[in-house]
Amino acid sequence: MFDNFPLWPVRASTGAGNVDALYIFLVLLSGFMSVAIFTMILVFAMRYRRRRGVEAEQIEGSTALEITWSVIPLGIFMVIFFWGAIIYFQERTPPKGATEVYVVAKQWMWKLQHQEGQREINELHVPVGRDVKLIMTSQDVIHSFYVPAFRIKQDVLPGRYTTAWFRATKPGVYHLFCAEYCGTMHSGMIGQIVVMEPAQYEGWLAGGATFGSLAANGESIFQQLGCPTCHRADTQGRGPNLVGIFGRQVQLEDGRTVVADENYIRESILSPSAKIVSGFKPIMPVFQGLVSEEQLNALVEYVKSLNPPPSGAAGGQGVPLPPTKPRI
Amino acid sequence: MSDSPVAVEQHGPELRHHFVDMEQQRDAASLGMWLFLATEIMFFGGLFCAYLVYRYWYFNEFAAGSRSLDLKWGTINTAVLICSSLTVALGVRAAQMGKRKLLVILMLLTLVFGFAFLGIKGIEWYAKYQEHHIPGSSFDASDIIKDYPQIHIDPSHEQIYFSLYFAMTGLHALHMIIGVGIFSFITFCAWKGRYTPRYHTPVEIAGLYWHFVDIVWIYLFPLLYLIDRKPLK
Amino acid sequence: MATAAITAEREHYLNKEYGIQSWLLTTDHKRIALLYLISITFFFFIGGFFALLIRLELLTPAGDLVQADTYNKLFSMHGQVMIFFFLIPSIPAVLGNFLVPLMIGARDLAFPRINLLSWYLYVIAGLIYIHCIVTGGVDTGWTFYTPFSTAFSNTKVVEAGLALFIAGFSSILTGLNFVVTIHRMRAPGMTWSRLPLFIWAHYATSIIQLLGTPVLAITLVLVVFERAFHLGIFDPTRGGDPLLFQHLFWFYSHPAVYIMILPSMGVVTEIVPCFSRKRIFGYNFVAMSSIAIAVFGFLVWAHHMFVAGISLYSALIFSILSYLVAVPSAIKVFNWTATMYKGSITFSTPMLYAFGFIGLFTMGGLTGLFLAALGIDVHVTDTYFVVAHFHYIMVGGAVMGYMAGMHFWWPKISGRMYPEAWGRLAALIVFLGFNLTFFPQFILGYLGMPRRYWQYPPEFQVLNVLSTAGSTILAVGYVLPMVYFLWSMRYGKIAEDNPWGASGLEWKTASPPPTFNFDEIPEVTWEAYDYEHIPAPAEVPVER
Repeated sequence: MFDNFPLWPVRASTGAGNVDALYIFLVLLSGFMSVAIFTMILVFAMRYRRRRGVEAEQIEGSTALEITWSVIPLGIFMVIFFWGAIIYFQERTPPKGATEVYVVAKQWMWKLQHQEGQREINELHVPVGRDVKLIMTSQDVIHSFYVPAFRIKQDVLPGRYTTAWFRATKPGVYHLFCAEYCGTMHSGMIGQIVVMEPAQYEGWLAGGATFGSLAANGESIFQQLGCPTCHRADTQGRGPNLVGIFGRQVQLEDGRTVVADENYIRESILSPSAKIVSGFKPIMPVFQGLVSEEQLNALVEYVKSLNPPPSGAAGGQGVPLPPTKPRI
Repeated sequence: MSDSPVAVEQHGPELRHHFVDMEQQRDAASLGMWLFLATEIMFFGGLFCAYLVYRYWYFNEFAAGSRSLDLKWGTINTAVLICSSLTVALGVRAAQMGKRKLLVILMLLTLVFGFAFLGIKGIEWYAKYQEHHIPGSSFDASDIIKDYPQIHIDPSHEQIYFSLYFAMTGLHALHMIIGVGIFSFITFCAWKGRYTPRYHTPVEIAGLYWHFVDIVWIYLFPLLYLIDRKPLK
Repeated sequence: MATAAITAEREHYLNKEYGIQSWLLTTDHKRIALLYLISITFFFFIGGFFALLIRLELLTPAGDLVQADTYNKLFSMHGQVMIFFFLIPSIPAVLGNFLVPLMIGARDLAFPRINLLSWYLYVIAGLIYIHCIVTGGVDTGWTFYTPFSTAFSNTKVVEAGLALFIAGFSSILTGLNFVVTIHRMRAPGMTWSRLPLFIWAHYATSIIQLLGTPVLAITLVLVVFERAFHLGIFDPTRGGDPLLFQHLFWFYSHPAVYIMILPSMGVVTEIVPCFSRKRIFGYNFVAMSSIAIAVFGFLVWAHHMFVAGISLYSALIFSILSYLVAVPSAIKVFNWTATMYKGSITFSTPMLYAFGFIGLFTMGGLTGLFLAALGIDVHVTDTYFVVAHFHYIMVGGAVMGYMAGMHFWWPKISGRMYPEAWGRLAALIVFLGFNLTFFPQFILGYLGMPRRYWQYPPEFQVLNVLSTAGSTILAVGYVLPMVYFLWSMRYGKIAEDNPWGASGLEWKTASPPPTFNFDEIPEVTWEAYDYEHIPAPAEVPVER
């Protein structure tokens, strides 16, 4: 029915239906309220139009009515609030185990890095039915990653990571828009999300140039920058042991406790003095300006890979830190 | 009604035509100044907000920057401003009592204090200029960094401290300059004998403004000069 | 047929003195209101011209009328001109300035010279902004988001910021004048509960102007300094936080929308009782709802930032507060409707505009419920859905309220009647043109078309074409009143003191009023909407 005059984009994610449900409820509610008010005004205008000999009736008001038409709308508003809040909570809580894709936005293009190593520009290939979490940052100004078909949008900021997630439900090609004004070609910063059947997706992964996984990339940058000098896989290093650190609580020397998430890792590389781990000295060099956003993403991914794989058994050491090479 | 002695007295030269009587005029002026001061609180408030956020994030740099300010001058300036508020308050009292000469003396003293404050501020800023602590292309925090080897001072965070320092003290100094201008005018009018016990509203509302500018400084001083004035760990 | 000789007999504020100096150095609130009227109308047409160019560009998916940079400047300056140089002053500086002293029984505002200063600040700001336009313009969006505005834009950000800073002071001084006037200069017997609701609305508006505008002022100062001296307060590469800018900016800019809508609500609240011949339903609730909107309006700013990177918990708080602020607006709509019940209704031009206001404001307000819903906002924020929402409120609401007020008080201001048939026709054209322009944009937004797009995917074209068609009709609707108001000043029927049979002290003095408003200040012993005791006019004046 709505194919020729669509009122909403195609629903291509698990979340889209929820958003549309609330939308349709609100459309019906607003339609009803508008029609009700319009009708009342029209009816009153006709019924009570000025007639010779008929005086207006001076009515002061009615506290009961006022309360009624304050409380009832307020009640309805609270329902809408809760409904919207639940959807939002789901939108902002990526499921565990989601595949991660790093996104770097810049004027005026999207650069994407898969964990397996693929790099894409203005395009993102994903398989149907898989949770995908986007870890995003900007190289310059604020952008916003918007996929109408998935009903997701998240501003992409310089200087930190923001995240979004989705699970695609329908193969197809969907618009990717930049939704935060970012300069001359803001309207040209568009791309597409290509959702494929799982088999096709595997085929796409296998084809094309081999890059090596993002984590392996990160490992080689980790080596190049001399990080193993201090960050050893034991307690003897001048820097904290990074094995298993990602996602854990970290005690800082000023008494605060923070979670070692992507933003923490990123900040520790770019501005190490911001959060010093308890028991360590503030001697880590500053890497701001020495690593690109893509390299940062690779390093973050590498640190994540140092966690033991999630499993019931206590086994698995994860990727061990390379032995420290003697520095000359 | 319009010929009664009270009415004649009410419609003296100072009463503007749209007011019914002097009391209404005085009340309007007073309320107007209080409202204006409320807008000034919101104006400074934005800066204070930015300050609070960055101080919470970059405490070390703020503490180090604060300690690089000359506490002696800051304290003297605080005393100068408090004294100037005293002279203003006494001046309002003098006006209420019709003591013209006393009023003029107190106004002149206020101006002296005002200029003293601005002069000292100039000295302080000049010192910052010499130390390359003025934000911008010539900003250089290496002397501060050297002073605190045991903590890491990020120069860009240090620049934010100084940006806020200059924005806040600069905005305050601008208000002082305006205040000095207003009080110069008040002094002149007082000397000309324009203020009487019946009409001295300009002195009162200018006094309100001056007290406000003083109070802003009372906040600025500890926030900028007294951060963590004890040995850093 | 009116001739100049008849009106020249009686002295009033327009003929008391002639000559440019008597206007440019006036302290008469009524003349200052007219000075504002001329200035804001000028800027309205500049902003409207930018809007037409935008809509023309958007006729086709490709960017083929102007270059991308030019388009970015067009929407940025359309927004800034319309908001700061038209909407924010419009009703308060024209109708408020003219009517507040008259309505409360005063001879002028509390500070007439500050009133004139306020206009001069506006003019200086306007001249600086025009200079900015002609020497390159600004392309940051009206919202100046950092770090684009501070470190990346190559346009005249500093100049635009300076112009808006000065315009802000104009706004603050107007608000200050109104609050003091309303507190201190009411006529004897004019208690707070006898005040016209137009006054309550302007009082609430003035509180917002006083407390909110300074925050924008300091934010603009920081942006200008950052841009000039590369400071880093909002720049992450220099240790700053771009979200701090957004919080500071929206702390003013959200209450600003209430500055723009409250006065027109006040206008509607004067018009509906008059043309229903009965008092407003629920006076206390309407008065308090204005205050409630002003207060709650300060608590919801971050609903503009739900996807900006704020925490989940902040978002929840601001969402729920945003629903609270919707309740007082709903109360007003219900009260206006209830006022019509068992009234005696006539369909004059002001009443038609008031109907339009109620309908379109209701629609715009209801779409605010969509935006306050977090889950929906993620999808529609930064799309044409938002553009449609705020235009429904600002144009369908505020501008219609302004037009309603201009027509209602035109006899009082000019001493002439405008031609009623043309007035009604223009109202209808505006209503139709407006809906055709902006309703398709709701659909466009939900379909996913982002805002501030110079070019767009072809599937969005049909709705864009509809929107552009509507905008041409809307333009006609706005040009018509310009023409006939000017016409009426020379050829319009001479107005009586109270052609509408309206309540309010302003109608108890001549049309146009004498310079000092009242021969004698009345002592008020009656309620604000005393329609029980005011006879209806024999007929609504209609031009032959």
